Amino acid sequence: MSDHALDEPVRRARAQRTSVRWREAAWRQYRLERKMFWRNPSAAFFNFLLPLLFLALFGAIFADREADLQVIVPGIAGLAVMSTTFSALAMTLTYLRESGVLKRVRGTPLPTSAYLAGIAGNAITNTALQVALITAAGSLVFGLDWPQDWVALVVFVVLGVVCFASLGVALSHAIPNFDSAPAYVNAAFLPMIFISGVFFDADHAPGFLHAIAEVLPLKHLIDGLSGAMVSGEGVGAHLPALLVLGLWSAVGIVLAVRGFSWDARRT
Amino acid sequence: MTTDVAIEVDDLRKDYGTQRAVRGISFSVRRGEVFGLLGPNGAGKTTTVEILEGYRERTAGRVAVLGMDPGPRPVALRERIGIVLQSSGLYRHLTVHEAVSHWAGLFRAPRDVDETIAQMGLQAAAGRRTITLSGGQQRRLDFALALVGDPELVFLDEPTTGFDPAARRQAWDTVRSLKELGKTVLLTTHYLDEAQALADRVAIIKDGAILAEGAPGELGATTRRYRVAWRDSAGMAHERETEDPTPLLHDLTGAALARGDRLNELSVTQPSLEDVYLELTAEAVE
Repeated sequence: MSDHALDEPVRRARAQRTSVRWREAAWRQYRLERKMFWRNPSAAFFNFLLPLLFLALFGAIFADREADLQVIVPGIAGLAVMSTTFSALAMTLTYLRESGVLKRVRGTPLPTSAYLAGIAGNAITNTALQVALITAAGSLVFGLDWPQDWVALVVFVVLGVVCFASLGVALSHAIPNFDSAPAYVNAAFLPMIFISGVFFDADHAPGFLHAIAEVLPLKHLIDGLSGAMVSGEGVGAHLPALLVLGLWSAVGIVLAVRGFSWDARRT
Repeated sequence: MTTDVAIEVDDLRKDYGTQRAVRGISFSVRRGEVFGLLGPNGAGKTTTVEILEGYRERTAGRVAVLGMDPGPRPVALRERIGIVLQSSGLYRHLTVHEAVSHWAGLFRAPRDVDETIAQMGLQAAAGRRTITLSGGQQRRLDFALALVGDPELVFLDEPTTGFDPAARRQAWDTVRSLKELGKTVLLTTHYLDEAQALADRVAIIKDGAILAEGAPGELGATTRRYRVAWRDSAGMAHERETEDPTPLLHDLTGAALARGDRLNELSVTQPSLEDVYLELTAEAVE
């Protein structure tokens, strides 16, 4: 095509480019997703401002009641993990699938895994920012101690992300169209945050609600976060929580992978 | 396989459960050619094209696109094709320029972003969010996204369905400009005039089978039928069809002369593509 002298360097450059291609593609997709996230008012509100708003309101209500604040801060951290992954991914993937963006992307050379990594990376960035802001506000604004066990905090946030992200992707497969997506998502999200001890200590809930919460993942995530942030119990003190979150993650991953469709349901 | 063939389809079949959507079709598309798959809705056009694009698995048959099997979706193939789907979503919160430039980054050797936008007549809209574009502008953005990777082969699935006449003409000009750039184009349409205006060769497809194939001008001729029509002196219209008009005309004119009659408005025509299309797809039109 062009100058022969250029051929060899061009070829070498291309080979090199192939090796970094996946990382580069995932990184470009991630930056694009970040840009679009901030430009989408409804995503920015529900996945970013809402948990912080909850924290500010409940923080104001429970001001100076340390025992209540020690429930609400890890509770809202758990809510933030769930809303930034489960709710956000279920909504986003339903939109992308039904509008045909997924199908269009599938027809380009972009590696599929790099594309999905960019989308997941966007959600995980929100999770990390939220947990960091909530933790910092707990200490700096509400006067709680800094987290007692940072390792346990990281372990539970990571496990929570894996669990709720995979469940969110799995849920998107069950949502038939984008109009009904908020109903599906909130039918799972709202009851779970109320019974799982986001706003009060779940152990004080009536027996049957407590029993339901025990088999769902959010209560266990909040228990683990509470142990890490408040009481300083390490990962070892929450083995049942690890087990429940691990089981839900396994179910979520299997369903997320098996039901994945690039094509809109309407066809 | 020879290098001047862009697409080779041999006895392609696709079943959805018990429904046989594509029933053994064969055709080939030469490089630099605009090939039209013409047929009514539900004929199997989109299924065929989506198999060639790598979106669907085929049930049976042999398919080669730029010498590759599209089934496993090889990256080497996706680098060299551009796809305009029947309808597909856009990133709503990006501008036209951002979307085209992101897409350019997905390909190894993309075309110039601004040039591609200009070629699609979107310069004035380059800074606008895609959500604010008109239907015609969104379609031109579809073309821009499919072309910015500088593909050799472009798939256009019903590119003008739902367009007003002006937007249609613009889209036609775009397809013609693809041909001028030396691209191979596989076009599906249920508009006869679109196939006639754009395609070098057309295959008429119905119920998953190809009924006729050839250049739009020749398609009628391939049926080898002639229509002889006239009006008798009482004003009654007559029409006969024949494979060989010579003896028929001899008989008709001989009989008319013997009676001292005239064959008013006598004409011998070959069916146009439109006649062939309407006849071949008659049941579907209802």
